[in-house]
Amino acid sequence: MPLVKSGAIVADDYLHVADGDAIAEGAVLLPAARFLVDPEGVLKRNSKVGVIWPNSRNIAELAPWLDRVAAVALVFPTFRDGRAYSQARLLRERYGFRGELRATGQVLRDQFVFMLRSGFDAFEVKKDSDAAAFTEVARRYSVVYQPTGDGRATAAARRLSRQNAEARS
Amino acid sequence: MYAYDEIDRTFLSERVAEFRDQVRRRLNGELTEEEFKSLRLMNGVYLQLHAYMFRVAIPYGTLSAQQLRRLAHVGRKYDRGYGHFTTRQNIQFNWIKLAELPDAMEDLAEVGIHAIQTSGNCVRNITTDQWAGVVPGEIDDPRVWAEVLRQYTTLHPEFAFLPRKFKIAISAADHDRAAIKIHDIGLRMRRNDAGEIGFEVLVGGGLGRSPFIAKTIRDFVHARDIISYVEAVLRVYNQYGRRDNIYKARIKILLHELGAERFAKDVEAEWAQIRDGMLEIDDAMVDDIRSRFRYPRYEQLSDTPQELAKASDPRFTAWLQNAVAPHKVPGYAVVTLSLKPIGGTPGDATAEQMDAIADLADRYSFGELRVGHEQNLALPNVAKRDLPALWRALDKIGVATPNVNLISDVISCPGLDYCSLANTRSIPIAQELTRRFANHDLAAMIGRLHVNISGCINACGHHHVGHIGILGVDKNGEEFYQITIGGRADEGAEIGTLIGPAVPYAEVADVIEDIVEAYLALRAAPDELFIDTVKRLGVQPFKERVYATR
Repeated sequence: MPLVKSGAIVADDYLHVADGDAIAEGAVLLPAARFLVDPEGVLKRNSKVGVIWPNSRNIAELAPWLDRVAAVALVFPTFRDGRAYSQARLLRERYGFRGELRATGQVLRDQFVFMLRSGFDAFEVKKDSDAAAFTEVARRYSVVYQPTGDGRATAAARRLSRQNAEARS
Repeated sequence: MYAYDEIDRTFLSERVAEFRDQVRRRLNGELTEEEFKSLRLMNGVYLQLHAYMFRVAIPYGTLSAQQLRRLAHVGRKYDRGYGHFTTRQNIQFNWIKLAELPDAMEDLAEVGIHAIQTSGNCVRNITTDQWAGVVPGEIDDPRVWAEVLRQYTTLHPEFAFLPRKFKIAISAADHDRAAIKIHDIGLRMRRNDAGEIGFEVLVGGGLGRSPFIAKTIRDFVHARDIISYVEAVLRVYNQYGRRDNIYKARIKILLHELGAERFAKDVEAEWAQIRDGMLEIDDAMVDDIRSRFRYPRYEQLSDTPQELAKASDPRFTAWLQNAVAPHKVPGYAVVTLSLKPIGGTPGDATAEQMDAIADLADRYSFGELRVGHEQNLALPNVAKRDLPALWRALDKIGVATPNVNLISDVISCPGLDYCSLANTRSIPIAQELTRRFANHDLAAMIGRLHVNISGCINACGHHHVGHIGILGVDKNGEEFYQITIGGRADEGAEIGTLIGPAVPYAEVADVIEDIVEAYLALRAAPDELFIDTVKRLGVQPFKERVYATR
């Protein structure tokens, strides 16, 4: 499954650790339940720790460790299940998470724009053809109508700044 | 009317380009039907019984004559020469080809119409009073706020995959013509003690399998905070709405399971975090939106023109009493165009009718039209002196049946004739009822009476809130119909009560006649409406009358 970051297909630094497996050396992505058994212990390791957070669990529970967690992977069990979009925005906009925010599960081309606007910056894309089209698809819309944490100027804001510019000239 | 600017037009063309690419990928097999489904739904494309159906939004029910002509063009070029107006201020084309859909969308986008979020599990087309902006006594023009929310919800990245569809309606008059109490969010515009405008927020209304009337979760949200409040509701719903069972996924079930108080508390907690942030509405933004609604330059006209006094044709008089409503400007009137001709399909209009109506809108209504949830059209700005001439023109094209709000003004879903979900037919029942009650004097004597028909439990014909509701059910492969009475969709919204066992297809019209006869015998006075008689006496006397001989 190709991983897309900053618009390019890249190698995955993180090892996904399953529930029963030992925690290997190097950067790891741990299931939430596993991480929560001993967060302090895990975070003491010398390499990066990420958490795979299920979409049915309150993201606020992760807040105490967010400044030390390197990555959070949110889950789309099907593309129709949109809970992780809310979790992503809360992580970015409410809890100020600045690490890698990864979309996992059924991640398809036509969700990229929504995911980017919600704060995701890494994508485990299901299909190679979708991963290859990432940059093109991400640019699909030059107009957005609502403010999110991505900071893009909304249609309304652009209209007002244009009017102000006209009023000044 | 709201005029799209270059930013909106750019957005629409980007949307069409995206959909063109999605259709291409579906046709060449890159996308499975399962993957394509939610993409096409967000563009108003359903797969029906016989063909794809294309549902186009008419935001807040306002159309320009030019836009109606373009809808006629789509009906003619890509469909079978007609369109069907629905109960949520949309128009549907029933016979469209997938490969041609992007072209149809592009044709519509040129005049600022689209099908974005007319289906799918996202925030749907936001609806309001079809008489918004012209009816006396509104707090404000609700379309301005519908447009504020339309923009906010358009391709909202967080709420494109909600547990289930999500419908918002706004009303700004005392009388609710937008059926806000049967919506996921109903917004009733009001003023607070300081005279500032805002909204009472109702949540959790809806029909379908488990009908609920919406509950008020906040008496007043200041207008500048309405986006953040709606976002708080949507965020609570997105996270906690059920996803294990599509029949329990609407927000009404979440509200019911949590209780309105607890739900309201969750919303308040979320709202407290976001209300003073980037979602606060700037006055300048509202002013900008308001400035792009074009309002007619009304003339000073007599409210009792001699053209009306002179008119003596009894057919005109019947129509005048039935289809013409007061306007906030003296000398003007709001004219409803009945799309319920005797024997016709409720809500259908041919391309020729649409073109002719567009011309009449240009001539008599400042180029503007409205679409209401009762599946009729309206010309909102007609000078009273023009009413006789307008009536002659409307009569000629078959949209002057004087049955607005009468028993033959039936609201109906498409039913088994088109819909893949339906169990039974709806349209032929509606047609039969219009024939039975074709006598105008009889219908006028019966008075206001809404009949609503749904061909299945999904309740697209809003049968629960019909004064008489008819619901088709399948019994061992045969079409049966349950009859409810006492429902209503207005400010006093109620769910109707079942009167007894379902009756077979062939008996439905007889049963409705029995109910009407019972009402005529039981009503306290000629001006006691059917719905009030049912309220006063309950279901029992109607039940006795219907089942005594069955």
